[in-house]
Amino acid sequence: MRLIGKKIGMTSIFTQEGKNIPCTVIKAEPNVVTQIKTIENDGYNAIQVAAIEKREKSTNKPQKGLFNKVGTTPKQKLIEMKNIGAEYKTGDSISINDFNIGEFVDVQGVSKGKGFQGVVKRHGFAGVGGQTHGQHNRNRAPGSIGNASTPSRVFKGMKMAGRTGGVNRKQLNLEIVKIVPEDNLLVIKGAVPGHKGGIVIVEK
Amino acid sequence: MDIIKKIQADQIRTDLPNFSAGDNISVDYKIKEGSKERIQQFKGTVIQRRGEGLTETFTIRKMSSGVGVERIFPVNSPNIHNIVVNKRGKVRRARLFYLRGLTGKKARIKSKIS
Repeated sequence: MRLIGKKIGMTSIFTQEGKNIPCTVIKAEPNVVTQIKTIENDGYNAIQVAAIEKREKSTNKPQKGLFNKVGTTPKQKLIEMKNIGAEYKTGDSISINDFNIGEFVDVQGVSKGKGFQGVVKRHGFAGVGGQTHGQHNRNRAPGSIGNASTPSRVFKGMKMAGRTGGVNRKQLNLEIVKIVPEDNLLVIKGAVPGHKGGIVIVEK
Repeated sequence: MDIIKKIQADQIRTDLPNFSAGDNISVDYKIKEGSKERIQQFKGTVIQRRGEGLTETFTIRKMSSGVGVERIFPVNSPNIHNIVVNKRGKVRRARLFYLRGLTGKKARIKSKIS
C-alpha cells in the first residue's frame, strides 16, 4: 500500500517513556483511485491513484479526460500499485486511515539538490593526508583515480566530483509515531528525503 | 509551521513557572534506574534559553566543588517533575556565556527587584 503526501517539516516529540525523538510530519490528503488496471485490458493487475491538487489551467486535455471520468479535480502526482489485495473501484480513496501507529513504512522522495560537490561530500572520501606537517592543499582531494600503463585508462563509474542530490531516494523502516486523522497528518520517526513541501510516497 | 505547532500542542507544558536567563532555579527531574524511578535536583543559574515549541531547551550552570557544571534540559520534557524559581536575576543579555570565564564574587548576578 502506498500513499502520496507532502513533507511539511521536521520537529521532535516526546514518547511515553519521556524520550525525545526526531520526527518528520507528512500531510497526506486522501488519494483518489483513478483507474483499475486488469490483466485483460493492460496485461497486469494494478490500481492507479492520484493526489495533490493541480491547476485546471496547467492540465492537458488527456489528463483532464482521466480526471473528469472519475469525477475529481486534476491532480499532480499519479502512482500505480501492483497486485493490491483489497478490491477498489475508481473514485475510492486511500487515506492515512489505512496506516496504524507503530507500523514501519518506507518513504520515497527526491533528495535535496546540492549542486556540484567534491568527493568528500558526495562519496564520503576522507581526503588525502593530514592537516599538518606542511601539507597545504590536498585536504579534500580524491587521490589517485587509477593505475598507469595497465589499464592506461580510468575505469567507468569511478567515483568523482559532480552533481549531488536531487535524485529519487527511499528511506527504509521508519516508524509511525503519531497520526492526526482530522488534518491528514502522519508523524514518522526520523528524516525523509526531500525539502519541505516536496512530494513523498509513504509505503508499507 | 502552524501544522507543526498543532502536533506539538498537546505536549507543551503549562504547569511550570516562567523563567529566563539570569534566574536561579532548582530543577527536579526524574531518573529511571532499571524499573525504579527517583527524583534528583539540579540547582543553578539559567544561562540560556533557546529554540521554540517542543524543541525549546534551557541550560543551567552551577559550581560543583570548584568545577563549573552545565546541564541542558528540554523545557517541555515530561521527565521534569518540578521547577522552583529561587531568585530572579537582573541581566542585560539573553545568553550569559561570560559567566563561564568568571568565578567567585565576579560570577554573581544582581537580583531583580520587582
